[in-house]
Amino acid sequence: MAALESPLPGTPTAMRNAFGNVLSVLILVLIGVLAFSIRLFSVIKYESVIHEFDPYFNYRVTQFLSKNGIYEFWNWFDDRTWYPLGRVIGGTVYPGLTLTAGTIWWGLNSLNIPLSVETVCVFTAPVFSAFASWATYLLTKEVKGSGAGLAAAALLAMVPSYISRSVAGSYDNEAVAIFALIFTFYLYIKTLNTGSLFYATLNALAYFYMVCSWGGYTFIINLIPMHVLLCIVTGRYSPRLYIAYAPLVVLGTLLAALVPVVGFNAVLTSEHFASFLVFIIIHVVALVYYIKGILSPKMFKVAVTLVVSIGMVVCFIVVAILVALVASSPTGGWSGRSLSLLDPTYASKYIPIIASVSEHQPPTWPSYFMDINVLAFLVPAGIIACFSPLSDASSFVVLYIVMSVYFSGVMVRLMLVLAPAACIMSGIALSQAFDVFTGSIKYQLGATSNSTDDAEDNTSTNNAPKDDAAASKTDKGEEIVKERSSKKGKKKEREPADKPSVKAKIKKKALVLPLEASIVALLLLIMLGAFYVIHCVWAAAEAYSAPSIVLTSQSRDGLHVFDDFRESYAWLSHNTDVDDKVASWWDYGYQTTAMANRTVIVDNNTWNNTHIATVGTAMSSPEKAAWEIFNSLDVKYVLVVFGGLIGYPSDDINKFLWMVRIGGGVFPHIKEADYLRDGQYRIDSEATPTMLNSLMYKLSYYRFVETDGKGYDRVRRTEIGKKHFKLTHFEEVFTSHHWMVRLYKLKPPRNRIRGKAKKLKSKTSSGLSSKSAKKNPWV
Amino acid sequence: MKQSSVVDLLLLLLAIALLTTPAFSDLVLSKVERRIDVTSQIARVSKTLKVVNSGSESVSEFILTFPKFLGNNLAYLSVSHSEGKGKSKRTLVNLSVREADSKGIPDSISVYSVALPKPLSKGDTLTLEVVAAFTNVLQPFPEKITQGEIHLVMLQESAQYLSPYAVESQSLSIKLPNARIESYTKLENTKLQGSELKYGPYKNLQSYSYSPIVVHFESKAAFAVAENLVREIEVSHWGNVQVTENYNVVHRGAQLRGEFSRLDFQARPNPRGASAFRHLLARLPPRAHSIYYRDDIGNISTSEMQSDSKKTELLIEPRFPLFGGWKTFFTIGYGLPLSDFLFASEGKRFLNISFGSPILDLVTEKLIVQVVLPEGSKDISVTTPFAVKQSQEIKYSHLDIAGRPVVVLEKNNVVPDHNQHIQVYYKFSNINLLSEPLMLISGFFILFITCIIYTRADFSISKSSPTYLAKLQWDEVLATLQEVQSIIQKCLATHDKLEASLRDLSRTGDIQTCKAARKSTDSLLKDLSKELKPLLGFLQSSSLASHISPKVEELVAKEKELEEKLMAKHTTVVEGYEKKSSGRDIENRIASQQQKIITLRQEIEDLLEFIDEI
Repeated sequence: MAALESPLPGTPTAMRNAFGNVLSVLILVLIGVLAFSIRLFSVIKYESVIHEFDPYFNYRVTQFLSKNGIYEFWNWFDDRTWYPLGRVIGGTVYPGLTLTAGTIWWGLNSLNIPLSVETVCVFTAPVFSAFASWATYLLTKEVKGSGAGLAAAALLAMVPSYISRSVAGSYDNEAVAIFALIFTFYLYIKTLNTGSLFYATLNALAYFYMVCSWGGYTFIINLIPMHVLLCIVTGRYSPRLYIAYAPLVVLGTLLAALVPVVGFNAVLTSEHFASFLVFIIIHVVALVYYIKGILSPKMFKVAVTLVVSIGMVVCFIVVAILVALVASSPTGGWSGRSLSLLDPTYASKYIPIIASVSEHQPPTWPSYFMDINVLAFLVPAGIIACFSPLSDASSFVVLYIVMSVYFSGVMVRLMLVLAPAACIMSGIALSQAFDVFTGSIKYQLGATSNSTDDAEDNTSTNNAPKDDAAASKTDKGEEIVKERSSKKGKKKEREPADKPSVKAKIKKKALVLPLEASIVALLLLIMLGAFYVIHCVWAAAEAYSAPSIVLTSQSRDGLHVFDDFRESYAWLSHNTDVDDKVASWWDYGYQTTAMANRTVIVDNNTWNNTHIATVGTAMSSPEKAAWEIFNSLDVKYVLVVFGGLIGYPSDDINKFLWMVRIGGGVFPHIKEADYLRDGQYRIDSEATPTMLNSLMYKLSYYRFVETDGKGYDRVRRTEIGKKHFKLTHFEEVFTSHHWMVRLYKLKPPRNRIRGKAKKLKSKTSSGLSSKSAKKNPWV
Repeated sequence: MKQSSVVDLLLLLLAIALLTTPAFSDLVLSKVERRIDVTSQIARVSKTLKVVNSGSESVSEFILTFPKFLGNNLAYLSVSHSEGKGKSKRTLVNLSVREADSKGIPDSISVYSVALPKPLSKGDTLTLEVVAAFTNVLQPFPEKITQGEIHLVMLQESAQYLSPYAVESQSLSIKLPNARIESYTKLENTKLQGSELKYGPYKNLQSYSYSPIVVHFESKAAFAVAENLVREIEVSHWGNVQVTENYNVVHRGAQLRGEFSRLDFQARPNPRGASAFRHLLARLPPRAHSIYYRDDIGNISTSEMQSDSKKTELLIEPRFPLFGGWKTFFTIGYGLPLSDFLFASEGKRFLNISFGSPILDLVTEKLIVQVVLPEGSKDISVTTPFAVKQSQEIKYSHLDIAGRPVVVLEKNNVVPDHNQHIQVYYKFSNINLLSEPLMLISGFFILFITCIIYTRADFSISKSSPTYLAKLQWDEVLATLQEVQSIIQKCLATHDKLEASLRDLSRTGDIQTCKAARKSTDSLLKDLSKELKPLLGFLQSSSLASHISPKVEELVAKEKELEEKLMAKHTTVVEGYEKKSSGRDIENRIASQQQKIITLRQEIEDLLEFIDEI
């Protein structure tokens, strides 16, 4: 800064600009480092490992890609899942994340940097969150200048909502998709501001990347048309708008159709109709503007009446055809998840499998505070700042935040889309506020130091009453000042000791806050920021870093690690035959295929409801019926997750009602009411016999009573209902150290020849030994 | 297994019965002591043989024989002889030679010949110490047990020493683990003392005498076998030797039959899990650091480390207890200080590091040791105390271009006795150390240079296209604008000087200097406005600057006005002083002018700011 005061008299602005650029780049680099390193808590506190469920699938796909190459990947038919159906991975997966990580891995390895695929996968998300914060900088810079951009980037680098999906190891689509989302928006705004076809093409490519990465691309292809429509309606149509939109729709749709998982959905499903409709409208509007340009006003009026009357008829016909087409498809052309966005009650009514996922539930109020924290308070200020000179760009941001607030209210998962919008808004608000306060302080200080100049003193005292009035208006007053000085403010931040002439300039603006108020307000803002930082670091370190396959608990004698999942997956992987089939509830499908490399019946992809219902039915059936179902599916092992011994709440018994519901949805002989006593779900002595005889109950509590003599379940906080029982068709082959995972093997079928007669007898004679003795009469 | 070995035994007996060959040579074993230790899964046989040459010719080779079912499982064999004087012992490593065909030794006997240190002449005696380790000779019986059953194994041996030479006196003692002994073959002179079983002494035995014995006993040892172990030893001349060991471990004891109940295992571990092992103990070299223990799905958190100056002990617990037949996989890695393992000799460097696995009592069926030397190492040679299969590979690691030479040593059936040091000799010059950092530095250097060139150079394809020309023109406009700005700034600076002269006036009252200052500024300002003219003309003529030029003109006009006002103010003040008016009077007179000056100045600043934005 000192260098600024004594530059060559000829080029102070050039120097200032250069210095500002270097400083911005430095700050951006630091923001990138911050975004990356705040996500490393999971590696430091736990280990470098893939987290949760879906990331394991993505990891497995990436492994396949890196081993077999891209063409094999597109044609990959995975026979190790959804047995016996299999799954076409290449055509049903969003390939963006996998291809990104695969490319990074390939690039590093061709530079002879031997990183494992796992390492690359673990660190993909943090790297891309640094990219995302840079993209946020670019986007906000387009909207409100680079000061707001830097603030927004810094906020996004550590917003907890985004951290929750992008900690190291959280190798999921969202990790790259949020970057792609923000970057697409940036390029759209850039095109809108410049009208450059180059950026329009880049925009289509960014949109393509987004389509590759995440199903959430429909958010873009609906938000941008809405903004275009908004611009047209508010009379802001310009050729730049046309250039920003038309190429995006044409190129974007063509490119999107190239992604196998989207394919013709890009033109067939209702999610995309809005974009086509707006595409037609913008052409009509462009035509109208063109005609308006070549006709005289009078002729134009005549033409309008003529065209409108004909146009209405044509539009009506087109709309009627569209409606008929859409109505002919059962869901109205909407996918289940999209429908549940429009109608929040849809999923719970019709698709239990969507409703059963916790991240598809609507969020609670505390989760807003948890996930975006103080941003929630800054957003309104940001919205006001966006309105004060409403530009095309700022109206887009406003629309973005409004839509994302709605969507986040429907599904917790979409809080992730809200986070960037909230950061942009808060960044704008913060930077504007800082502008005003630092500007006022600078002016006031300058005024007092130069008090020799009487005239200046006079004017400043004259201004004082006005300042008070402005201050009393609090927020709104601030915003007005902000927009006035917005452009200059950024530079002022970087050169507090400016030329004395600046004082005069501010004096003319006449909206200066008193010194004390500015200082207090600044301190409060800094405190707010500090609180945000503390919260984010806490959230990153404590709340969102657990990999969920390893659990830890802090007890008196130190840290206790529960590594049961990997224990049993390792057991499965090393001690069963490579082609054995393992049945479990679908939550554990991805992990079983990825970690244990065993074929599973159902997994987290949930594409076939009937198949999941079959497994649900088996789990809800009595032992014999379940054995028959599993045997017909060629299942060798059954895996259940049981938390009753150590109090792990998300175990299979707690998920059991969903199995019953989903099973009952397809196989009507499973009735939810049979498992409930007076509408209550319980496993104690009051539980219904159906419940106590279900396979899930038996496999979970087999020999559980012998641990403490009573069979006290620490999750349900009750003693179990049926304590002593034996398994006839299953045998325990492995139970993990804390009993969290229990593996059972299907016993081979009994010999049929003498089976019937002996069965009656064996019922009278007690004990397993006599049965097993008769099991194989030929030996 | 069991049956086949019994058949083997019968065949062997048959062969021995048919054998009528006379003594191999004239050597006689005057005393044979054999001790078999079966407390672990490895049967360690140590023998003390007192050899006497009773013939007339001197003998330079000694024949060692084992029954074939033992010989096939021989993992380690070393023969040493103690020389009479002192306690100094020399170790001789023998070559295994099979001579059954030529010399008429039956097929069911494995033969090894020992080259004696010096030919044994008539009547001389020599004491040989033989140490042999056998794997897989403790057969689990029964082969499958349930979780609660105890683990019983069976050992087959001969109570009499099988040798082509006549034996005068021999004894055998078998050290059993301190546990239950199910049964053992009772011959004459058999004694069981505690856990030690003794056969003999037997006197004056014929050559090839054989009397089979079977001992059936409980073993609590861990039958941990690494089916496959790959040790990668990577030498970095930056000061580290990184060792990575990949284990495929299996429990080779009696297989688990039926259920595994965690409840039984936890509640009554002793009877209900005795056949399983939970831990393995690795004894790493001292000063080992950065130790990790993981498998392909992540870190394994169950391990403990103790270290002192002599050794580092790592107690590792696989993810699950290993019962008979269960397998697991894990990786151990650690770094070692280079100075402890790398030495220089005769212009070469050599790495002196132990060959086998650091895990105690682990049998390795197939061991591959890969010694990765730094990039640029030459003249590589390896010395090992025993025969191994050698080959060389190239490995590409961090930023390698030529790749690192890798010495691959392969050996089957490795027991802890093989944990001896091997030496890898190579030549390496320290200059090579700098190659990779230099490469990185130059890489970044080139990157930045390209950035600089890219931003400075003109890459437009067509020099006559309208957009390019427009861009050139625009650059020119910008340059002019900057010039205008700088001139205006200069003007403003002169204004400040003028003001300063006024202040000086109020302080000193020196009217003449003040007037002189006005004159000089006046001429200066005139020069500046002259300079401005061509610039303005250019801006007006340029089509691109059409939206800017009015602003610039306004700016110049405002500046002129300000100039005039200032001059006026200056004259008034000077006049006031000349007339000796009071300060207040002057101030009142210039107050209105002052106001205007300030607003004008403000407007100019605003305009400058606007131009700046462009």
